[in-house]
Parts: sequence; C-alpha cells; structure tokens
Amino acid sequence: MRNKLTCPDIFDQNAGTYRKEDPGSFEYTLPAEITSIYSLTATEKLYQIQIIDPEKRNRFSFQPGQFVMLELPGIGEAPFSISSSPVRHGDLELCIRAVGNLTNFLARLERGARVGISGPFGTSFPLQKMQGQDILLIGGGLGIVPLRSPLLAVLENRSKFGRVDIMYGAKNPAELLFTYQYEEWRQFDINLGITVDRAEPNWQGRTGLITELLQERISQTASLHENTYAIVCGPPVMFHFVCKMLTEAGLPMQKMFVSLERRMHCGRGKCCRCNIGSTYTCLDGPVFDYWSVMNLKEAI
Amino acid sequence: MIFKIFKKQELARLHELLAVNVIVGPVTKGNDRNGKPLYNFAVVSDFAELALDYTQTVHSPKRFILPYKETLSTFAMTDDGWEKHIDLNACQPIVFFGMHACDINALNKLDLVLAKSTYPNPYYMSKRKNLVIIGLSCNPEPQCFCRSMGTDSAIHGFDLFLTDLGDKYFAEILSARAFDLLSQISCKEPSAKDHTLYKQTRKKSKLYTAKVDTSDLTKILDLEFESKAWDYWGEKCLSCGTCANVCPTCYCYGVEEQVNLDLKHAGKTKSLHSCNLIDFAKVAGGHNFRPTSASRLKYRYYHKHRGFVEAFEESLCVGCGRCGAACLADINPPEVIASVRGKE
Repeated sequence: MRNKLTCPDIFDQNAGTYRKEDPGSFEYTLPAEITSIYSLTATEKLYQIQIIDPEKRNRFSFQPGQFVMLELPGIGEAPFSISSSPVRHGDLELCIRAVGNLTNFLARLERGARVGISGPFGTSFPLQKMQGQDILLIGGGLGIVPLRSPLLAVLENRSKFGRVDIMYGAKNPAELLFTYQYEEWRQFDINLGITVDRAEPNWQGRTGLITELLQERISQTASLHENTYAIVCGPPVMFHFVCKMLTEAGLPMQKMFVSLERRMHCGRGKCCRCNIGSTYTCLDGPVFDYWSVMNLKEAI
Repeated sequence: MIFKIFKKQELARLHELLAVNVIVGPVTKGNDRNGKPLYNFAVVSDFAELALDYTQTVHSPKRFILPYKETLSTFAMTDDGWEKHIDLNACQPIVFFGMHACDINALNKLDLVLAKSTYPNPYYMSKRKNLVIIGLSCNPEPQCFCRSMGTDSAIHGFDLFLTDLGDKYFAEILSARAFDLLSQISCKEPSAKDHTLYKQTRKKSKLYTAKVDTSDLTKILDLEFESKAWDYWGEKCLSCGTCANVCPTCYCYGVEEQVNLDLKHAGKTKSLHSCNLIDFAKVAGGHNFRPTSASRLKYRYYHKHRGFVEAFEESLCVGCGRCGAACLADINPPEVIASVRGKE
C-alpha cells in the first residue's frame, strides 16, 4: 500500500503552532461555575464566575479591557467584557444585560450553574503607560462595564496615578449600574460624576448630558495635552461628541482609548463577524486608541 | 523545483496508483440553459468520470476543506454540569485531481488567515494537511481575471502541477510524495523543446478578457469610501450571499447551538455565512452595524481587496470570477472595481 495516504496528526510538533492546551485554542473552554448573581437593575445582572480548576483559575490572567467568550451548551457563545480586577485572575465578574438569546437564558440561571469560559481575548488599556498621569474614565450606559476593570486596577494602585475622574451617564436613575459601589470608589480620592438624561421624582443627582460633565472637568485644567489619559466607552453617538471635545481640549489622539462592541462568533479572528473594514475587533480591539478608530472607516 | 514530462495516457495510470485513496476531481454535472456543460468537484471512482478539460466548476473546492456546515463540538449533561466533546472531523485524506491554479492559490490564501495566524483553526488544519493536490493548467474563461490578481499560476500549495503540452504533460513536482508517484509511471526529463513549449503556454495574456486594475487599490478604496458607485451596486444587490457561497476564499461563518430532543445532549454547529446577509453585523439588542445592502457589499470588497492586503500583503480575491458568474443581479468584481475607481 505504497500510495495509501495516512492522516497526519495536527498536534504533531511539525504540523504547525497549534497547541491543544492553549486557553485561546478553538473550542477548548474552561469549565466555570456561577458562584453568585447580583441584580443591578431590571435588566442587568453581575455574575461572579469562577473557573473550577484551581490551577487554571490562578493561571488565568488578563489585562483590563480584554474580554472572554462565555458559552452555554445548546444555547450559544458570546463575548463579554471582564468587569473585575485583574488581581482576581479566574474569579471573574461579568455584568450582562438580558437582551438576546444567550443573555436571557443566563438571566434565568441560578447560582451553581456551569458555564464555559475561553479567553482572555483582545487588546487592553495601557495601564502601565498611564501611571503617573491623570485619568479620565468616561462611560455611557453599559459602557461602564468595560471601564470597571481598569477603574478597579487604578484604585488598587491609587498612589501610582494622578487625578482620577469618572464620568458616567445613564438614561435614567433606575439604569445606573454599580450604585452600591459609588461610596467605596469615592473613598479612593476620585471625582465621580453621575448624570442621567431623564430624572425621576426622587433623583437627587444631576440631569443632563455627559458632555456637560466633561465640559466642567475640562474647564478646571488648562490643557489635557501633557499628562492625561482618557478611556471612553458608550454608544457610538457618545464616542463622537466626547472624543471631539477631548481632542479640542488638547488630548492627543493616541492617549484616548475606546472599547468597541461588535458581533462575534469566535473571538479568535476567524469568523469575520466583528470586522470593521479591515480590522478584527477581537484581535486588534476591542480597545483601540482614538487614532486607530479615526483611521478606520465605519468604526464609530 | 524538479520537472518531469510524461505522455497523456500515463495520467490514467497515475489515477490508478492513487485510487486507494478518496479522489476528488472535476465532473460534468449537467448543462446550463445555453447547453454549455456545468462542472463541479465530486468524489470520483473511475478515471473516465474526470472531466479534465473542464472550464471552471460552479462551486469552488472549499466545501471539502471548509464544509458549509460542520459540527464543532457536542455536549452531554452530567449530574453536576456538562461535558464538552470536541471532534476535529479529521476524516480521511483526499487527493484533488485536476485543481486549477486559482483554487490552489485560494487555499494558500486561506492558510494565511486560518492556519498561519494567531489562533490557528484546527478544524481547517486537520483537513488541509490531509490533502494531496494535483494541479492542472487551464485556459481562461471570459469571467477569469486571475492574471490581474497574480493568481494565474501557482507557486506553492500543491504536490504536482501538470501543464498540458498537447500530447504530453509537463509536471512540476513539489513534494516527495509526488516524486515517488511519478517514479511509478513512465516519465522522463523534459528536453529543451519541452521547456520552450512550456514557456509558450504561459504567454496567454491576450486570452484574458476580464481585467481588474489593482494598482493602488487599497488607497483608492479608502478615497472612494463615500462613492456613489457603492449605492448603485448596493441597490442591485439582492443580499442573497450567492457570491460567498461560490467563492473559493470566503470563510466567514456563524455558530449555532442546538439542544437535542432528549434534553441531555446539545451540539454546536458552524455554518459558513456571508457578509452580504442582513444579520451579518447585527448585535443582540437589534443594532445593525451594516443595515444597508450597499454597506454590506462595500464591506465585502473592503475585506477582499483592502483588509486582507493590509494584513497579509496580498488580496483575498483570486480572480476566478465565480461570484460574478453566479450573481443573480449581474454584479461582478471587474465592473464594480472599475466603477469605484471612476475616471482617472
């Protein structure tokens, strides 16, 4: 049988760079358990998800801004930003709005349910470079979710950063996320500005657009050119106005970061569903500096 | 590269030697409305079934390497959760008998993104590494613009490439396996006359009627991002995804999971998708990043002719012209690109 072909083993070391054990490898998800669930609003819940294997949990390391793919067998798989601090490793927190098939199913799950986690994937916020600088964290609506991981990382190393401002806007007070943590955050010498589009009868805070909050912050310093980094996350319309204001205030484009949302089916640069023009949101993003976004057609 | 030459009748012997394996080759599937034969790749068991003088297959050979539907994994519920089972579907090796240069180049391009990138896709690799490819020279059809895309000849990605020199084949050998195969049939070293004949067959520029001007195309696509041409073609486009279906390099996909009727098992299926389909970039909550057919059609050209070039220094299009031939709205790349370039 001289001409009979045999199947080569693709895990063979000569067969390429593919490694089965790689956490980002195709289909090899890490079994994880939902350890607790907190209802934040009518539609958003904070899920604490723990990778079951202790060794893999400790080895799981990510940078703020990265995302994981969460899988529910028979239901689907989708990308979610990590909301927890990187020091917690594989003890993840994901804040998820019940909006589609997978997330609505997830909302009906109870503590102890098993899910699959793969990742972490994508780019992250350059917290190393941000050290010693003032930080602006600007979030709109669900945009606060990817901001929470860099925020917690900054708070844990508070002395390494300059002035820290958080500006967060939501449609109405009932949609504000992480309200129970605001006092805790304020204790770290940060300026937390909250605004809502529409007030409700017992709302004590301010009403208005996030750009008004930002305008106040900008007017307090001469220029943002020298020592400021900004992270912006929210709906496309917010990116547009906020990034324009920051640019006019002198913030260099490469010191302004955004986190983009797209449909994803793999998280590994293969399915093309998250492509923006020519760029993969899963590999080259989700964190982009404003220059890259400006340079990309149809990004925001 | 090592070259050999053998008489045409030896090809049947070559087929016979390989017949212990699964052989896939071009076969006649019927006729179109003008009476011209339609070809497709299929598993063949008899040398006589092979239509080696085929013009172009309707579908590309990608379904053997990137199946339209593929099970990625299955799940079984257990007492404390669930288990995932992964099968890479690494089935039996396949011998491709008579693949044209465009399709060989298409696989080479797919390798760049699916095998030689950050997260190599094991489902693709397991099939790709199981291929033996015997290439075959061709004559350009009216829709072929492969010469414009630089894919009218294959430099690598095959085991053996045969060029028709009338009563004999000029063979380019690229693997030990192919060399061993040829040692089992009657062949000889090519003479100086064969070299001349071979070089003459390569001079067929005039036969290419369809052309695409790719010079500075990445920049022109950016310059003409707001061009009215996109709206014109977008209005014609039916958003049916036929172009992606027949394209040898379209690899975009979607993943769906299904619960089995016993409620104890589930499966995860990958299906090839098309960026022209309306839900391609639609996210949960209903926002669609490309709601119009013009924006989706434009994206398709951007991915093929700009994005891929930026990432891998070459276009994802091989110029086979299948998309234009299959398009119900008569949209084809040479015309689209010419109209986007406009008057220069």
